[in-house]
Amino acid sequence: MSAVTTPFPERSLEWNLPYRGKVGMVGLIVAESAIFTIFVVAYLFYLGKSLSGPTPREVLETPIFFTVCLLSSSLTIHLACKELQRGHRISFRILWSITIVLGALFLFGTAREWHRLIYERGLTISTNLFGTTYYSLVGLHATHVTAGLIMLGIVLLFSLADRVGMEQSARIETLSMYWHFVDAVWVVVFTVVYLIGR
Amino acid sequence: MSSDAMAIPSAGTAARPWVEVVHEWVTTVDHKRLGILYIVYALAFLVVGGIEATIIRIQLIRPHNDFVSPQVFNRMFTMHGTTMIFFVAMPVLFGFANYLVPLMIGARDMAFPRLNAFSFWLTAFGGILLYFSFLGGSGLYGAGNAPDVGWWAYAPLAAKAFSPGHSSDYWTIALLVSGFGSVGTAINLIATILCMRCPGMTLNRMPLLAWLNLVMSGMVLIVITPLTAAQIMLLVDRYLGGHFFDTQAGGSATIWMHFFWIFGHPEVYVLIIPCFAFMSEIIPVFSRKPIFGYPVMVGATVCIAFVSLSVWAHHMFTIGMNSYANSFFTITTMVVGVPTGIKIFNWLGTMWGGRIQFKTPMLFSIGFLFQFLIAGLTGIMLASAPFDWQLSLSYFVVAHFHYVIVGGILFALFAAFYYWYPKITGRMLSETLGKFHFWLFLIGFHVTFDVMHIPGLLGMPRRIYTYEPRPGWETLNLIVTIGAFIQGIAILIFVTNLVLSYFKGAKAGNDPWDAWTLEWSVSSPPPPYNFASIPVVASRRPLWDLKHPEDPDSRYE
Repeated sequence: MSAVTTPFPERSLEWNLPYRGKVGMVGLIVAESAIFTIFVVAYLFYLGKSLSGPTPREVLETPIFFTVCLLSSSLTIHLACKELQRGHRISFRILWSITIVLGALFLFGTAREWHRLIYERGLTISTNLFGTTYYSLVGLHATHVTAGLIMLGIVLLFSLADRVGMEQSARIETLSMYWHFVDAVWVVVFTVVYLIGR
Repeated sequence: MSSDAMAIPSAGTAARPWVEVVHEWVTTVDHKRLGILYIVYALAFLVVGGIEATIIRIQLIRPHNDFVSPQVFNRMFTMHGTTMIFFVAMPVLFGFANYLVPLMIGARDMAFPRLNAFSFWLTAFGGILLYFSFLGGSGLYGAGNAPDVGWWAYAPLAAKAFSPGHSSDYWTIALLVSGFGSVGTAINLIATILCMRCPGMTLNRMPLLAWLNLVMSGMVLIVITPLTAAQIMLLVDRYLGGHFFDTQAGGSATIWMHFFWIFGHPEVYVLIIPCFAFMSEIIPVFSRKPIFGYPVMVGATVCIAFVSLSVWAHHMFTIGMNSYANSFFTITTMVVGVPTGIKIFNWLGTMWGGRIQFKTPMLFSIGFLFQFLIAGLTGIMLASAPFDWQLSLSYFVVAHFHYVIVGGILFALFAAFYYWYPKITGRMLSETLGKFHFWLFLIGFHVTFDVMHIPGLLGMPRRIYTYEPRPGWETLNLIVTIGAFIQGIAILIFVTNLVLSYFKGAKAGNDPWDAWTLEWSVSSPPPPYNFASIPVVASRRPLWDLKHPEDPDSRYE
């Protein structure tokens, strides 16, 4: 092959650009935030507009324990990322597993609350406006927790196969951004549904 | 200029079995091929949407016409609007962005090639789902096929009680799916533009096309998603018995309007900003001058993006908002005109004193400038709430937004086709056919849409399937329909040009327009890897620097 002539000689240049994974994840988080904003607006707009019962004050119980679970999982995933950056694979694996357990506990809490609401209080998505907006907003968040848990679980599988090391640190941190986002959304949902909405 | 294509040992010229070729296209993750797929897909739907428009115009050619039934007429305007916005304008603009952005910023591909393919196929399946409604829409209810609730599907018309069968579900899911595709591509474009620029390509030196697509993608993230949320709510209502838009259970029909137009109005800017991007690349090249006011152009675009997020309710003046809301949305809508006006002056400033070459891309660009200005002026008229009370839902509004979409967006797209076709295919489009296309389309456009304002002023409502033979209306509608046919002929010339030039067109070479951005530095069509070695740039016009080493731009920037 003859020498390749190119109009642009390759020159050495100080040239640093952001990591594309993080930029992409920020984009996804912005887009997701817009979706949640619309659902939160709908929830607030329809507060007290239901024509029939039950009302939030009658049936909702504040899930403090499960909220603490989810919020502390943000801390454990942060620590897990830090451990991975230092190359401590075992402590990463332990902290990562704790994160999954905490997330799963939260999901269990949501499931239990829904079971109670549906079977004891007779509140379904079609009962009244409160039911429609409540199950949509909390359900949308729970869907995101589920998606997050699946992704965390995949990483755990790779980690058990000892395939997650320092080189994957940037990717793992990208995933942890999503998890932090899911937690932050819960702070908003919790405030709207259990503090303002009751 | 020397070619920078590398010889690839395995690249044979022998004809391959077609299955292999199809397989290669279906599984491709190359941004250029996906760009072409987007564009071809959009062109196919442009023809479909055009046929639907023609059916609408034939039905309205004279009073008491019975070319199609009222039901079919409703389906036609619904499908025409949905198709043109979601499956023509969005994909074709994403296609050009996909094709051009990596080439212009000196990258070898997008940031996430597989996400890119995934997003395209989501969009593609969205379109197929929408059109599958012609077969599957009636469900078990015998309730008629394609969606017929209008492209904004106001509640409660789209509720199960008033839209039985599955036609509205196909509409909802098609938009939901293609919306995910749009968000995916937008994320990809943002990551590409921020993280894949070649050395030396600072944000200040990026071609305006990359800048404007960055702004557009940022808008897509927060504009398409409210529609996604609203579609999820509509599905909850239709399938799970929810009450979001059910006024019988305390729900609100108005909130659907708000959610829809929070998407719907900024969407217009999502579509027009990439067209501004085309103009900002094409007008300088054919005026033989660098763009006038580069930083101001970027600033004005960001301004438009911000302000356009707070104008949506000007679509809803007639629903009876309070006077504060009316004033607010009137003012914000008029404010959008300021940065847009700045842009028009900048393009004129670019042309001023230049040696203008009236090639076909430039003709379409000038058409764009003129028509977009007029579209903006009728927009300012409609922004005024009392004026809008009079003319909302009339043909004046239809004429106004077709002036934006056809006179603005479509003209800019034609300019982009004539400008970048040589790069994409390696052959020039015929200038003769191009000029025929331009003049016929220009005449057809003005015959249709200039005249269409008048029946609107006379009180003709939109979306009616027929009308009484009142003085004035018949002749005007006849003229409008004749104009539509002239435009149809022009489109046929365009398609002929695309096909003929692909086989018979003059060889383009690397840089047929003597342009200045990086995509013209590589062969036409570009090799799969784009750049044999990643370029290093020192100014906004890297090819100018290369061609004029004695007087490079980098000396002044």
